[in-house]
Amino acid sequence: MKITVCIKAVPETDTRIKIAADGCSIERTDVKFIISPYDEFALEEAVRLKESKGGQVIALSLGGDEVPNLLREALARGADEAIHISSAGIATDDPLCVGKTLAAALKALTPDIVFFGKHGVGGDNQQVHAIVAEKLGWPQVTVVTKLEVGDGRLRAEREIEGGIEVVETVLPAVIGAQKGLNEPRYPKLQSIMQAKKKPLVTKSLADFGLSAADVGPEAAGLTTLALRLPPPRQAGRKITGDPGQQASELLSALQSEVKVI
Amino acid sequence: MANGVLVFAEQRDGAFKKATYEALSEGARLAEKLGQPLSAVVIGSTIGHLAGEAAHYGASTVYVADVAPLAKYSTDGYAKVLVEAIHTAQPAVVLAPATAMGKDLAPRVAARLDVGLASDVVETQVENGVLTVVRPVYAGKAFATVTFRRSPAFATLRPNVFPAAAPDTSRTAEVRSIGATIVDAPQARVTDILAAAKGKIELTEASIIVSGGRGIKGPENYYLIQNLADALGGAAGASRAVVDAGWVDHSHQVGQTGKTVSPTLYIACGISGAIQHLAGMSSSKFIVAINKDPEAPIFKIADYGIVGDLFEVVPKLTEQVKTLRQN
Repeated sequence: MKITVCIKAVPETDTRIKIAADGCSIERTDVKFIISPYDEFALEEAVRLKESKGGQVIALSLGGDEVPNLLREALARGADEAIHISSAGIATDDPLCVGKTLAAALKALTPDIVFFGKHGVGGDNQQVHAIVAEKLGWPQVTVVTKLEVGDGRLRAEREIEGGIEVVETVLPAVIGAQKGLNEPRYPKLQSIMQAKKKPLVTKSLADFGLSAADVGPEAAGLTTLALRLPPPRQAGRKITGDPGQQASELLSALQSEVKVI
Repeated sequence: MANGVLVFAEQRDGAFKKATYEALSEGARLAEKLGQPLSAVVIGSTIGHLAGEAAHYGASTVYVADVAPLAKYSTDGYAKVLVEAIHTAQPAVVLAPATAMGKDLAPRVAARLDVGLASDVVETQVENGVLTVVRPVYAGKAFATVTFRRSPAFATLRPNVFPAAAPDTSRTAEVRSIGATIVDAPQARVTDILAAAKGKIELTEASIIVSGGRGIKGPENYYLIQNLADALGGAAGASRAVVDAGWVDHSHQVGQTGKTVSPTLYIACGISGAIQHLAGMSSSKFIVAINKDPEAPIFKIADYGIVGDLFEVVPKLTEQVKTLRQN
């Protein structure tokens, strides 16, 4: 079985975001990049599927200099090969352009199944996997917490409001992994050493028959005009007294000021 | 020529979602600012009665796809119908609620139309007839102002942010049937819906959330959080630490790697306030923090701070809320 997993480099989740001088992107200096947390579930599921069904896992990531290290980590966590798609010429903050590029790359790879994290912890668009599925004409199952892959078919459970939807569909398909799908493993030292010998290649747009006219800023669906930090919140009132007094004072504030009771 | 605002009016089991009322209401406000009409599209089976309800929220045309194979949601089936509605209505703006369904469907449709989609929008602006929207990124650590390069402008709206208008039951709409050609079986099929927590309110839809952190000490104490949430008619949340420890299911997690929430009231119990957690809940309208540690960072952003033992304060609060509700 040919399995691909798309991973995204995102700022470590405890990063304090600073706005860059251009006013519409984040300051990247001194930011540590990690594999987007949901992509860890995607990668783990891809590796488990290979372990149960045989085949290979190819990890794919689109981005700049921060990507090769993270692809090495994916190789240490069980991927067999990695492809770094250089971001040159691509509007990387536009889901449509990123989706089109990844779809072109995946079309060339002809996998049986493609895994993504349900969203990238950064742009928070939760779009790219659906765009890729559309461009490939494949079914998608997003926010997946349980997956069973059979012969040419799959059965997945996806999280919806207050419940779980059970979805059945055919392969090839695109899966968006949600927390709960599995417990990602930590790479062992031996796997980290082995990962250094696994193939990691860099590809550019031209390798997929694309140009900046197809997936560059002019082809983008959206333009970011400005990025700002949220207004700072102030510490409010401290409620003192014994627990009973604290509860009743809070309750009267919820009635008179918050007006929710 | 693109004209008007089209809202995907999501229904489940023959009833609109709360987020649908919000999307219709915001759609009506945008349509008025643009001086253009509002229309809505309703997809499902035996859902004809919902057309009238969409009209009460300002839709002058309602596209109804009342088709048996679409009784349950399918990405491809619903996408075909929504695309047909967009081709027929030629709207300048398309809105959908940023629900599980909206987030699955909207990017698929936007990609088919080759237009940009702004996810989880919390603010809209119209200036000189041009729409710009604001959306949180990094789970609310920053806000991006975004504009659309092609028509229609397409956005999903975060639940609980846009107020739902009062319905005007005197309003009616022209009802147009669509989707009749969609008779083939969908590629991906929902075969079952398992209600994980029947009667429980979903975090992203709740206007009151009570969350527990490491301070609850163990899974056996989570009932304190759930009881207060139940008494207040809200939803129970949790910090990442509590979920990673396996004390509650991940569907309760609030924060950068959980759900980003915007309730009217957020009560954080035994949560110190790591930056990842604050990102996911700091757009709540009112924040209450209950924590033993007076130095906990959560107090820096809380509107009401109670330095105290949650094991004493929370049961008292639950009891008093119940008493109040009974009277």
